[in-house]
Amino acid sequence: MADQLLDVKGLNCPLPILRAKKALKDVPTGGTLEVLATDPGAVKDFEAFCRTTGNQLLESKSENNVFSFVIKRTA
Amino acid sequence: MAETNAKRMSMIVTKGSLDWAYPPFILATTAAAMGLEVTMFFTFYGLTLLKKKLDLKVTTLGNPAMEMPMFGMHIGMPNLVSAIPGVDAAASMMMKNLIKKKGVASIEELRTMAIDADVKMIACQMTMDLFEYTQKDIIEGPALGGAATYIETATKSDINLFI
Repeated sequence: MADQLLDVKGLNCPLPILRAKKALKDVPTGGTLEVLATDPGAVKDFEAFCRTTGNQLLESKSENNVFSFVIKRTA
Repeated sequence: MAETNAKRMSMIVTKGSLDWAYPPFILATTAAAMGLEVTMFFTFYGLTLLKKKLDLKVTTLGNPAMEMPMFGMHIGMPNLVSAIPGVDAAASMMMKNLIKKKGVASIEELRTMAIDADVKMIACQMTMDLFEYTQKDIIEGPALGGAATYIETATKSDINLFI
């Protein structure tokens, strides 16, 4: 279970990333954020976001058309 | 301004229609979220994106690629229908409804997020003069500047876009 949960289901690019960035500010370094999204573009976008910002993408999976990402705040 | 090690992106924003307003604001907010320092230079019709009250529209004129999803198919918009009064207004309304339905942010929302993310905005002074805008017409925040201001920013940026 992640420390915090962000639900951006139904939102389209770039809102999932922007909301996640905002939510990460409230996650302490080393803490985790789980993001739930329905935008299929978010899969590649969260990979790119994490690579560029230096945060760690611990998990990326898809279940019943909902994508979930677990990001560890390391940056 | 203090120099930092962050990567930088600059953009020249030249268009002010609803559809063309998206690329610059999407890229600016996303780049800022990814840690880049972003500068947007608003010139010509792009300057209208800085107006306090936005009333953005699309036009079917000169846009053969514009197809709207309707009745389960894609309906093309012939160039000439744009001349019929009300057609562009209807197309704009249709686009705004689609935007809302598909969970796409509004331009107003993206612009506010760009400001909150410290995206630097520069309004082209020459365009202000040309179209007789004053600082009272635009939102608070943007600096006034010209080509040299932009070029200086561009020489220090990793990504420079013209939109």
